[in-house]
Amino acid sequence: MPDRTLRGQAAIVGVADAASADGTLAGTVRRLQGQMIAEALDDAGLALGDVDGLFVNDSPGWAPSLELAEYLGIAPRCTDSTQTGGSSFEVHVEHAAAAIAAGLCDVAVTVYAATPRSDRARGGGYRSGQTVGATATAEWELPYGLRMPLGAYALAAARHMHAFGTTSEQLARVAVDARRWAAMNPRARLREPITVDDVLASPLQASPLRTLDCCLVTDGAGAVVLTSADRARDLRRPPVFVLGAGTCHTHAMISQMPDLTVTGATVSGAQAFAMAGLGPTDVDVVQLYDSFTITVALLLEDLGFCPKGEGGPFVAEGVLGPGGSLPANTTGGGLAYTHPGQFGIFLLVEAVRQLRGEGGDRQVEGAEVALAHGSGGVLSAMATVVLGTEATR
Amino acid sequence: MKEATRFEPPESVAGAPFWAATRDRRFVLPWCVACGRPHWFPRDLCPHCLATELEWREASGRGRVYSVSVMAKAANPAMAGREPYAVALVDLAEGVRMMTNVVGIAPDEVTVGAPVTVTWERLGDGRHLPLFRPSTAPGTMDSPAPPGASSRSNA
Ligand SMILES: [Zn+2]
Repeated sequence: MPDRTLRGQAAIVGVADAASADGTLAGTVRRLQGQMIAEALDDAGLALGDVDGLFVNDSPGWAPSLELAEYLGIAPRCTDSTQTGGSSFEVHVEHAAAAIAAGLCDVAVTVYAATPRSDRARGGGYRSGQTVGATATAEWELPYGLRMPLGAYALAAARHMHAFGTTSEQLARVAVDARRWAAMNPRARLREPITVDDVLASPLQASPLRTLDCCLVTDGAGAVVLTSADRARDLRRPPVFVLGAGTCHTHAMISQMPDLTVTGATVSGAQAFAMAGLGPTDVDVVQLYDSFTITVALLLEDLGFCPKGEGGPFVAEGVLGPGGSLPANTTGGGLAYTHPGQFGIFLLVEAVRQLRGEGGDRQVEGAEVALAHGSGGVLSAMATVVLGTEATR
Repeated sequence: MKEATRFEPPESVAGAPFWAATRDRRFVLPWCVACGRPHWFPRDLCPHCLATELEWREASGRGRVYSVSVMAKAANPAMAGREPYAVALVDLAEGVRMMTNVVGIAPDEVTVGAPVTVTWERLGDGRHLPLFRPSTAPGTMDSPAPPGASSRSNA
């Protein structure tokens, strides 16, 4: 069992994110990263010169943290290029909290930006020139024409339906509730209400998943700043403490996932909750990686919000929407707010805003404990962060 | 529509013996001499015990569909004209799981748990790609999928 050494040692003190209703953002990835870092530092009342820990997962070249630090002109004494896809930022928060607790850095930043929607309009991004390398994926999966990442999640959904009787109607409710939150978020890409029937009538993409089961493709960016609990209390915003964190990755290729109905969130969530000394019933608001509707059902089960196999009936009750017993993805999530390829940074930013009471129309009243859970790759890399207000520390 | 040429997978050092066998439509799996277990995908060490002495054994070519998804659109230009087609994970009798296509049946009729048998599609370079067909379907192990079977509309 993990001990609770890290509990409350570090806090998120600054956040920023960028997205737009038309799905595009102006500027290059590098400029957006810089803008997000500047905004998040300003939110905290800190400056670039305070940053001595840099956490970044993606880059045009071979060394994300080296290249970004050089671009920004900083020389961090703590560096982390951990790349787990969409969950990288939750992993970064875990690592940053540990680094801060151990004295390896004082002020840590994790940042993300991507412009896939604008790249598509321009006919390519910095990934577009890449050719298929001699990877295991190319050798053992690519010849079979699985649409990625959609098809991997479709395989998980099909297996879940076979094993537990989960239905498309049940999963559709995840998308319906995401729109209800998005309606209250002026920056959300999709704000029109939809019904379960709308989801079921949308085009089949990879059975059993349909268009409205799938996340968006938009530009987006964000950053999170962390520091020690002591220093956090002197800064501009109310600190949001890292109460618990956990990570587990089980595979890289979907064909190597041990059980398509069980993710590493069983491990990451249990660790995060144990570290926090809390459980699912203590959580006031959840931000769950919603790349596809099935992802949310799997995560709710694996994090312990409902028993294994009951994710379908659980979401079908409408508990995730405004006024529900488990408010989830209060921005509208990847299904309706924004999804630039790796959604994890937005989960953290919204969790922090909810705990600060900055949620505006979509504020969950009295939220004291929030859970942000990232999923990277194809249900590959799971990372859970439990956050809390001063009252919970 | 005429089916495009399949994507020809790169050949890793560890996978080379597998691909060599497919030139003769032989289906082989890597087994660990030390711990006696097979693995998939092919590595040049055993993922169960890290031993490096492996041997290739003829596989049964039989398995069951662990999960399946029908692609309504082609994943890439090399698959254009084949849609809708079924991508499946198949659990082989030997206890390993691999990605494949199930052919020789309407894609939306492929079910989880269905017994399947290996069949081969020739690649442009003389290797063969292992696909699977329903075990109860007519035809021999070496016969290709019936023409048109993978292009039936997915209602
Ligand atoms: Zn072995």
